[in-house]
Amino acid sequence: MGLDIRIPIGAMFAILGALLMVYGFLSDPSLYQRSLGMNVNLWWGIVLLAFGLIMLWLAKMASGRNKTAARQ
Amino acid sequence: MHGIQLAAIDYVIMVIYFVFVLGIGFALKAYMKTSSAFLMSGRSIPAWITGLAFISTNLGALEVIGMGASGAKYGMATCHFYWVGAIPAMIFLGLFMMPFYYGSKARSVPEYLKMRFDEKTRAFNAISFAVMTIFASGISMYAMAKLMETLLGWSFETSILISAVIVLGYTYLGGLTSAIYNEVLQFFLIVAGFLPLVYLAMKDLGGWERMQGLLTKVAQKNNFGDGAWTNSWRYLTGPNANPMGVDWFGMVMGLGFVLSFGYWCTNFLVVQRAMAADSMSAARRTPLIGAFPKMFIPFLVILPGMIAMALTQQAAATGSGFALPLKGNAYDYDAAIPLMLGQYFPPGVLGLGLTALLASFMSGMAGNVTAFNTVWTYDIYQSYLRPNKSDQHYLWMGRMATIFGVVVSIAAAYLARQFNNIMDFLQLIFAFVNAPLFATFLLGMFWKRATGNGAFWGLLIGTSAAAAHHGLTIPGQETALIKGGWLGTVVHHYPSEMAQNFWTATFAWTACFVMTIVISLLTTQRKSDEDLKGLVYALTPRPKEGHLPWYSRPAFLAIVVGIMTVALNIIFW
Repeated sequence: MGLDIRIPIGAMFAILGALLMVYGFLSDPSLYQRSLGMNVNLWWGIVLLAFGLIMLWLAKMASGRNKTAARQ
Repeated sequence: MHGIQLAAIDYVIMVIYFVFVLGIGFALKAYMKTSSAFLMSGRSIPAWITGLAFISTNLGALEVIGMGASGAKYGMATCHFYWVGAIPAMIFLGLFMMPFYYGSKARSVPEYLKMRFDEKTRAFNAISFAVMTIFASGISMYAMAKLMETLLGWSFETSILISAVIVLGYTYLGGLTSAIYNEVLQFFLIVAGFLPLVYLAMKDLGGWERMQGLLTKVAQKNNFGDGAWTNSWRYLTGPNANPMGVDWFGMVMGLGFVLSFGYWCTNFLVVQRAMAADSMSAARRTPLIGAFPKMFIPFLVILPGMIAMALTQQAAATGSGFALPLKGNAYDYDAAIPLMLGQYFPPGVLGLGLTALLASFMSGMAGNVTAFNTVWTYDIYQSYLRPNKSDQHYLWMGRMATIFGVVVSIAAAYLARQFNNIMDFLQLIFAFVNAPLFATFLLGMFWKRATGNGAFWGLLIGTSAAAAHHGLTIPGQETALIKGGWLGTVVHHYPSEMAQNFWTATFAWTACFVMTIVISLLTTQRKSDEDLKGLVYALTPRPKEGHLPWYSRPAFLAIVVGIMTVALNIIFW
């Protein structure tokens, strides 16, 4: 219905992922005692960012297809 | 419950989520030009979106928290709610019932009842559904506000206000489409929030085998067989063999058949999402597509509860480590998920996890509000109050019903706060109404001789039978009237509430089924074959799916889902 849902989903996860990644980089390692020493923010942030970008890419592919179809 | 401290980053994450949620509403506002667009998404949504929304609208925080609690309390058998309950019902809905829901062009579940039966059947369903769904919305709000209060120290009023403003915001602007889009967003958020929890908790515990070992000790402590917490079928031989207190027959009939089919196949909250799909095959595929992630959700929500119980056992043995707090004589099972989040998540993903919880509460609320405004506008307002007005008038009414729905939800939330039993009461009413309803639909869709009078009186009798059964039986040692036995004499004692629930549902369904048949045969069928075309199996042409690739055909998807679910049942039996 007009808005391709992959755009807001992709954008939100990309932003959240990037945010977590940066925070993970900059934060004090002692924070991660809770998560068994693992810097969850960094790792999960990377995963979420990747997911967001894939969503955005899928949306772009779809809109490209639609434009081609419309032109024909 | 112990408090959780949030850092600035956690709030930033929450705010980002709120911005996107409202942003989606604003972006869709321009498309909401007709009542059909606002209330039914103009039937234009692709199957993968409706499929995810279908399961996500049901994945409210009550389910997330509740399943975690049940995982701790009952172990692996909790998975039956998914593998025996939801999945078969979803397959049935997609393959056999959607052609009638979608093909009849009914705009809602009650409207289907009007087309198939008569006005009084529709009225009964529309009114009971409208009331229950708006109360369910209020209870979502209440549960969220209470959780935020204990967990984060937010005032009750603040949580209510925030959730009301945001949900009203995006549903008023973007209607059903906005609710559906946000449900999909919420689905991914829940995965994002809970997957790391399962990973970290499992790692801390030391792996699946270690969990099994600890849960064996729990089972032994409670005088059950070794695998009572880790096997889903083996200990269902009788009510005394498992912590749920059920036998396999009661479980399969009550939960697997009646309760879950009654919910998934007739509740407009979920069916509405399938009805919003862009084609018949998309509508049929909606529950089937949803079934794939649904199968694996137990590992996201039930498993953390089981791990919490295992950790508690470990703490009891070693004297330190994570443990569930006590609430009276038993553990505070509802605390399992929130406390685990606080235990393992540093600031950052903690905000993500909490936002996922918040998101699921809100989308539960929004789902109920969008189902309510449709039933109100089309089935109550347009049918009985102001028929024959312009579509723009009904669009306006739809919007007003959205506001009204949120306001009543707030009232219901405060009511729930006053009367603690309201939640139990609502669950009860749902069970009373849903179970017989499924019998009505089954007969309506597959037996053309079922008449309007048969349906209406069958429903009424079935619902009364449920109430009567509940009034005459008691689970365990309960004395509170809300648990049963309020009709004076107690005819039977059930070993647990769940057992009582399952059997109430079975009685209700059977009573409705039998009486609908009997009364239908005794009354005249007022609808001709022509009237019933598209509404009944015998009078509807088979949906044409020849143009679809084989992997997109509903039957194929159903078979794959079926095989995978059976496999899961076998692996964890």
